[in-house]
Amino acid sequence: MEILFILIPVSILLGAGGLGAFLWSLKTRQYDDPKGDAERVLSSEWDDHPKPLPDQNSDP
Amino acid sequence: MTDIGADDGYRARLSVCPACDAAPLAGRIADATMRPADLVLSLPTAHCATCITDVERALMALPGVRSARVNLTLRRVLIDAPGHHAEEFIPVLEGIGYEAHELDPSALSSSAADRQGRDILMRIGVAGFAMMNIMILSVAVWSGAEGPTRDMFHWISAVIALPTVIFAGQPFFASAWTSIRAGRLGMDVPISLALILATAISLFETVNSGHHAYFDAAVMLCFFLLVGRYLDYRSRAVARSAAEELTALEVPRAVLLQDGAEVVVGVADLKPGDVIRIRPGARVAADGEVIAGMSEIDRSLLTGESLPVQAGPGAALSAGEVNLTGPLDLRVTAAGRDSSLSRLANLVANAEASRGRYASLAERAARAYSPAVHLLAFTSLLGWLYATGDWRLALNVAAAVLIITCPCALGLAVPAVVTAASGKLFKRGLLIKDGTALERLAEVDTVVFDKTGTLTMGKPELVSMGDLPPALRPVALAVADGSGHPLSRALAAALKAEGVGPAALTQVQEVPGYGVEADWQGRRVRLGRADWVGAQAPETGDGPVSVLSVEGYAPVVLHFADALRPGAGECVAALHAQGRRVLMLSGDTHAAVARAAAELGITEFHAGVTPQDKEAQIAALADVGAKVLMVGDGLNDTAALARAHVSISPATALDAARVASDIVLMGQDLAPVAQALTLAGTARRRIKQNFAISIAYNIVAVPFAIAGFATPLMAALAMSLSSISVTLNALRLR
Repeated sequence: MEILFILIPVSILLGAGGLGAFLWSLKTRQYDDPKGDAERVLSSEWDDHPKPLPDQNSDP
Repeated sequence: MTDIGADDGYRARLSVCPACDAAPLAGRIADATMRPADLVLSLPTAHCATCITDVERALMALPGVRSARVNLTLRRVLIDAPGHHAEEFIPVLEGIGYEAHELDPSALSSSAADRQGRDILMRIGVAGFAMMNIMILSVAVWSGAEGPTRDMFHWISAVIALPTVIFAGQPFFASAWTSIRAGRLGMDVPISLALILATAISLFETVNSGHHAYFDAAVMLCFFLLVGRYLDYRSRAVARSAAEELTALEVPRAVLLQDGAEVVVGVADLKPGDVIRIRPGARVAADGEVIAGMSEIDRSLLTGESLPVQAGPGAALSAGEVNLTGPLDLRVTAAGRDSSLSRLANLVANAEASRGRYASLAERAARAYSPAVHLLAFTSLLGWLYATGDWRLALNVAAAVLIITCPCALGLAVPAVVTAASGKLFKRGLLIKDGTALERLAEVDTVVFDKTGTLTMGKPELVSMGDLPPALRPVALAVADGSGHPLSRALAAALKAEGVGPAALTQVQEVPGYGVEADWQGRRVRLGRADWVGAQAPETGDGPVSVLSVEGYAPVVLHFADALRPGAGECVAALHAQGRRVLMLSGDTHAAVARAAAELGITEFHAGVTPQDKEAQIAALADVGAKVLMVGDGLNDTAALARAHVSISPATALDAARVASDIVLMGQDLAPVAQALTLAGTARRRIKQNFAISIAYNIVAVPFAIAGFATPLMAALAMSLSSISVTLNALRLR
């Protein structure tokens, strides 16, 4: 039964990891536009390099 | 369960203060300060990945645009471009083929509600994580873990469950506390009591290495009830965001004349004495007196009259009327809170107050259920204490009774049905704004319609095409195209539908307030008012007329009628077939009302009704016990909408009317109204069935709990089975 001392923490840690990922996705507002995100995957717009962060000082 | 404390902010906006909303101009004065640079445009036609990239690329290419992001779910684009106006971007988007409308960001208060949705989701996530972990350990205990192993599992469960219940249970604790302080026993009181007692008893048992711990039940309860609460939130959030978008489409702006120059200002900044210019097609922003210009005014939304009224210098205009043909300069006499819009708002506030609050099925169930549950638990506690004298055993039994009877399924019973039903109605173009509207709709036995803009389109339609000689039709089309007047537009549309092409005209000129004039092969052509054209005015006062005169031909009198809304006849027939009484109340003339009534087969109608009379008639119907559904679109209907048992307004209605009503009809077609009544009846039956199902589970399980045979396994089974069967029953509605 000693295996329990490893397996129980492991199962809780895995669950907590999933919870953490869910909370992070919630915080970063990833559920605001589910339909748009599904469609954006199909666009080839930023396939070569990631979209540059908007520069606050100069006009694009 | 529809009595959700956390959602009060939203409800307050929609119905507690209809008076503030009924006067949007007055209400928005409060935040007269302009919001920061973010512009929001509505993109009703965007639907695919290409749309996203097209729109974003086109906008980002413009100088001064820092970022542009399309939200496809809401069909909006958010533009960050400080110092720029939405009018600069709309032509760009229309140039690449996307319809775009400016939205007023101050009317989109979605961020607070979004936070609320995320808050519930976060608690669901935490409760779900805890539930799964505790369930793994509980299964081990149920399958026979003994001694120290069981104790250890209970301890681990306790460590997970305690913070979870404290965190995820907060919405229930808060709402239970509110209702206790208000001296009521809501559904949240037994929920909170069950959560606290179950956790406390289980902790006590764990410390004393007892056999039964209800940590899994407590956390599961949290999870299912939060899901019910989230469903409830979702169905309202969808309706709210669509309703807000309709409001936000009417950006409150006015063109102020300052030393001869035109300046665009917010309506909230207008002061009496200012001179504003009302362009053709625009809505009058404030009450005032015309000082220059000639035009015709559509006041159908205020009075229900379908005929435009002529307006020249000296005429008094009210906010909300629509200017049709020529530009008008107006001296503001009253703006915002003093305007006639605000005075109507008072009427609405009174009407709303006299309607009284509707107690939903869930609230009535809770009112009977909560005391019964508490009494049952308390009696079992006393009974076991008297029989055995064992405090621990008696408390254990009482906790088991509370957990088993806990209205887990009741909490899901209503939101699941309401979500399914409003989703179905939304697909048919009906937006349910108020949670109890569906239940009230099911009780309706009398339907009252407004005429102009509700049963009719509020737009004229040519009815005397035969009187127009074919030789003149191309000329008529060409001259009608030269004007924005509704009668001209109707004539042009009718001729285009006949496949007529326009003749070549020169010197087309609109004479505001009178008509259009042009030159055709050297002949003078005039289309407009009979006296101006130089023809004999027709003596029949039956519907609007316009006269076409071409030199060398006899003048042609063109008759128009207000076209019926598609599905109106079908809707009235269906309502009659369902055995409901149908009435029509209109502010229009007797002749116009009688004709529409005859066409639709409505036998009871009243013409020339004032807003006060409309409300009084609804109140009189309510006094004799009728449950009235009011369908109307104008400001003159607002008080009646607020007074009626339940109300519907079309999306083309004035903001005030939409706010005062419980349901908004998004499409043109009126037929869904009759279907909605049927569906509401089904939904109501489904809610009652769901109550029956959850009570049946209780009747089976409660005797075990009182007898002291209840185990955590039984509690978990009863809870999940009843929740699932209630949800499935609700989904049957689809």
